[in-house]
Amino acid sequence: MKARIILIGALALVSASAAAQVGTPYIHDPSTVQECDGKYYTFGTGTNGIMSEDGWNWHTGAIRPHSGAAPDCIKIGDRYLVGFSATGGGLGGGHAGQILTMWNKTLDPTSPDFAYTEPIKVAESLVDEDCDAIDIGLFLDPNTGRLWCTFGTYFGFIRMCELDPQTGARKEGTKDINVAIDCEASDLIYHNGWYYLLGTHGTCCDGVNSTYNIVCGRSRNVTGPFIDNVGRDMVRGGGKMVAFNEGRKVGAGHFGRIVLEEGVEKTSFHWEADMDMSGRSTLAIRPLMWVNDWPVAGELFQEGTYAILSQRRSYSLELTVDFVRMAGSMRGFGRGSQDEPNIIIEDQKLEDVIGGWPEGDIDIRICDFMNRPHQKWDIVAVPEAGGYLGGPWFKIVISGTNRVLAATAEKEVISVPEFSGAPEQLWRIDQLIDGTYRIMPKEVPGTDEQLALISIADSTPTLGKFDFNSDNSKWFFKTTK
Amino acid sequence: MRKTITLVAVMLSSIALFAQPQAPQGGFPQGAPNAQRPQNAPRQAAVVPGQTPTSPKFEEYFEPVSTEFATPDEDGFIRRWVILEPIAKPNRSNTVFTDSYLREAFAKQYFKGQLSDVLPKDGRKEKVEVDVTPAPMGWVMPGQTVQQPEPKFEKRKLQWHAVDSKLFNVKLFRFAAGLQKDVYGVIFYMATVIECEEDIPNVRLAVGSNAGSMWWLNGEEALIMSSDRRMVMDDCMSGRITLKKGRNVLWGGIINGPGMSDACVRFVDESGNPVKNLKIYSK
Repeated sequence: MKARIILIGALALVSASAAAQVGTPYIHDPSTVQECDGKYYTFGTGTNGIMSEDGWNWHTGAIRPHSGAAPDCIKIGDRYLVGFSATGGGLGGGHAGQILTMWNKTLDPTSPDFAYTEPIKVAESLVDEDCDAIDIGLFLDPNTGRLWCTFGTYFGFIRMCELDPQTGARKEGTKDINVAIDCEASDLIYHNGWYYLLGTHGTCCDGVNSTYNIVCGRSRNVTGPFIDNVGRDMVRGGGKMVAFNEGRKVGAGHFGRIVLEEGVEKTSFHWEADMDMSGRSTLAIRPLMWVNDWPVAGELFQEGTYAILSQRRSYSLELTVDFVRMAGSMRGFGRGSQDEPNIIIEDQKLEDVIGGWPEGDIDIRICDFMNRPHQKWDIVAVPEAGGYLGGPWFKIVISGTNRVLAATAEKEVISVPEFSGAPEQLWRIDQLIDGTYRIMPKEVPGTDEQLALISIADSTPTLGKFDFNSDNSKWFFKTTK
Repeated sequence: MRKTITLVAVMLSSIALFAQPQAPQGGFPQGAPNAQRPQNAPRQAAVVPGQTPTSPKFEEYFEPVSTEFATPDEDGFIRRWVILEPIAKPNRSNTVFTDSYLREAFAKQYFKGQLSDVLPKDGRKEKVEVDVTPAPMGWVMPGQTVQQPEPKFEKRKLQWHAVDSKLFNVKLFRFAAGLQKDVYGVIFYMATVIECEEDIPNVRLAVGSNAGSMWWLNGEEALIMSSDRRMVMDDCMSGRITLKKGRNVLWGGIINGPGMSDACVRFVDESGNPVKNLKIYSK
């Protein structure tokens, strides 16, 4: 799977429209993106934050009072706990810091319930101790229900302490535990029997020259020790890379994890500098994958021409049209001379076959991948349609034509001759935690159900409930020329 | 290469089969009374070291219908069918089986009552015009022009056989070979009746066939499976359909050139689970 991921990253055509969050996704030190009443929110250093109605187009509008540095946000029950830090002045300043938390019933500033509670201090550092109490990370242990808070920066240790999940206050009697050193923006997460401590290494706040990167270690215990992939404890500087530079996007920092449903996860963080956005610090949302129980940030799906292959059988999604044989018979077995020079056999071209295709709707099936025109799909972002958390809506077009993939009211898929922009012709593509992909129409006519493209049989696609535990629900892409 | 080897092996085995005693005319071929019943997927090698290999016998694959109705097997496969002896349709290769080819081949009216809601009776004979144009086997060299032979047709009497398949898949090649009929370049028609106690909506007909095939439920096309297919369980499925309360008639047409021919058929529900609360009749 790694090879496929690399292949897509290396060979696919890149479009600026699909390369980053759109709008004004400007933020530094973002809190983990949280969904509230169908909208998405994240807060950064300084006041306020940004929000999005669809998870793709971001703008100002999230409100967080009290300024301060590097907040985090977690939903507990039906409330949101927001933590932030009052800091002493950064690397060259004083190192006295305070970590504070406050509650809100909603993150929507227009809601009548929108009101923050008074902040309460849950941790602190003094000027001369080996910790700088900023950069809070909040973690509710799914196994125990206990709430933990990590904090710290390059000046000394990353520490953790326990909070009361009912009040957000520091739990009585809890003591700070040193869990990492010389990093910042820590966060705890849990996956498959492991607790992971994530931290950001490298140089912050240096624009396009920032070397910020996100690493992690893991432990069977929530309080560590957190060990990296080569056996180093994070209190000795260890850390396995999770997210780092993506070409023109520089300096990944302040990890957050978003679990949409089983098998569908995202990570939110910031780029220190997006070179396509004036070098501003911008919000990044990427698929989060798990490889050998290590988290790995993926990349945005890139536009390009692909075969769409089922994970069930590795057959190719195609138009239901007659297979047109290419000229040329079998060589070898005594036919032809071994001394003949090789010649290049041209690919079958669209113009060779399109005359035999029906003009109206054409059914879709899944068959052996033969790199033929009826199997080559241009996957193209539709910027005017907006997007979803981590990507724009795409149209899926038979390459060289206007013929697009569409969902039907019968919960099946067909191709229609022209793209109309209708929601049943817009597709969401999420890379899953195992590196395969989920493909979902924006809407299925006549139903509110969220359905995905499914292999109901080796050769038969349909629309159905996504099930991460079934290869029927998964697809992968192969670049074609 | 694998296909070539398979083809040769199958040809040799069918030659051996033809050397066996004649099957009785009409009715059901008489087999060994205690023939071993192969299980769902026979995993025993046909050739046992130290023993002279023998071709599989008809009765290893089929048995006469002896009960009023059958039910789907534990995986939902439908094993009771009435099958017509193969209609000759010579093809040198299975690669010709495009959608258009199948639609044309199955659009032809071969016999009265084709795709009707009344199943042919066991033992009934049809006078069928069959294509007996020779289809030479072998490779076409690059650049070689193949002369198309003059089409040739003749009338043949073909008989319906009501059978229970001993396997989850209906081994049509063995059906034809056991009856000493054409095994390559053929069309098989098979039909069955599925009785439901109540409407069962949102099910799918799930088929694997070697090679191409078409399927009709209650007179409506349910599925077409083009190309040089191998028989794979749940290879293709129909759209969501309703098995109606009472009698449903399912027809299948399977076409094959050289090589093995067989099919496996079942219905699955919305969750992909087999539909088993059915009664299956051969009339």
